[in-house]
Amino acid sequence: MKSILSVTVNGRRREDAIPDNLLLIDYLRDGLGLTGTKQGCDGGECGACTVLVDDEPRLACSTLALQVQGRRVETIEGLAGDGDLTPLQRAFQDKLGTECGFCTPGMILAAEALLRRNPHPGREEIKQALSGNLCRCAGHAQIVAAVETAAESRKNETAMEGAR
Amino acid sequence: MNALPDFRLHRPATLDEAVRLKAQIEHPACVAGGSDILVNLRRGLAKPGDLIDLSGLRDLDAIERIGDELWIGALTTLARLTRDGAVAAAYPALAEAAATVAGPTHRAAATLGGNLCQDTRCVYYNQSEWWRDGNAYCLKHCGEKCHVVAKSDRCYATYHGDLAPVLMALGASAIVARAGGLRRLPVENLFREDGAHYLTLAPDEILAAIALPPLNGRAAYVKGRVRESVDFPLTGIAAALKREGDVIAALRVAITGMNSAPLMVDVSKLIGKPWNDETATLLSNALRSRATALATTLAGPKYRRRAMQGLARRLMDQVWAHG
Repeated sequence: MKSILSVTVNGRRREDAIPDNLLLIDYLRDGLGLTGTKQGCDGGECGACTVLVDDEPRLACSTLALQVQGRRVETIEGLAGDGDLTPLQRAFQDKLGTECGFCTPGMILAAEALLRRNPHPGREEIKQALSGNLCRCAGHAQIVAAVETAAESRKNETAMEGAR
Repeated sequence: MNALPDFRLHRPATLDEAVRLKAQIEHPACVAGGSDILVNLRRGLAKPGDLIDLSGLRDLDAIERIGDELWIGALTTLARLTRDGAVAAAYPALAEAAATVAGPTHRAAATLGGNLCQDTRCVYYNQSEWWRDGNAYCLKHCGEKCHVVAKSDRCYATYHGDLAPVLMALGASAIVARAGGLRRLPVENLFREDGAHYLTLAPDEILAAIALPPLNGRAAYVKGRVRESVDFPLTGIAAALKREGDVIAALRVAITGMNSAPLMVDVSKLIGKPWNDETATLLSNALRSRATALATTLAGPKYRRRAMQGLARRLMDQVWAHG
């Protein structure tokens, strides 16, 4: 059984005929080649497949592709659209928030969702927002530091804009 | 590659349409947030020919005051429950319990109705197809034997929802939609102590909303688990207390993570008495006789039983002090 999915992925509108039982993660990875979305576990326990749906973090492994009908999906490939890393991605690089890298796309998108909702989160809020994303290298301290740095740089940018 | 079994997806736009579909389809299954059923389908724990996606029913995600009750639509996400002003003001225990469910990404998708109706769990059930095949399956799915209670003719999988005990302690009602209209029942009557048939909803019924009466007193929920995020409760206790001076005027206690259903605990012996060591022992005994922790989780039953009693004491100390 197939149905038509109309969706915006990383800013581009698409229409695809897809099977009813297709998971969002398989649509993104196998259908669109967006393999930045990782599959870590098979049960929504690790957060590696986190993507943004209308700015909210969502586990692509436990969402049907047809459930994002008419909505806006963003994957890690969509963040640095013009090739430059975003401040958040740069912070992950600078603060060594990436070890093996497998959890990184999910971590960055979960953090991105937090920063869109709350541009200046405290350490506790960051830990809360990332508590569903597991890093098997146990690099959580650096990851939290990276998000703090990104939030800090956003704050400085806002302050500079205010001063101008 | 398709990880899920073949099914036809229905996306009704209204509750009427959803109820009609559910009545027409043989063995229908429903999905909303997907964090429970899609994981199970992926593991081959069910093969529904039709799946009804309830997430498009916009009329089911309202939070509104009706008379002196607060009605919360079944499609309200747990994330919204944790930050909704009306919920936080009147039933902080519910908002706090919602915040303990899984991780933030699950809560953004998971719904109140889905949390209540979530499947029961067991170490012999929540496993891959290969694992279960190698173990001759189990009574809950495809097998003929319960590996937890070998001579049992019923499944002992455990109910691990966090919100049900809180709603039960608060005296909430479930509003259920069916072809003829709505029916209303106490939340505890949604459940049956049978791991394989743990819901009392008829095949053509859909949980539409929860109605909360005004809270006269103070309520709280405590959850025991391995990690402070993502994990299901190994035990969970909710209490709603009305304190008058130095006596317990009214008390409702419910537990989760122990039996195949969330259960009310008979605390009538505590009424009219102060909260002290004596009543704490009475509560502890009442909990022990009500709960049947079995080897359905990786943590042992003895640990879960003791954790339940210890956490219940801590919970009551807290509501008593603030009551």
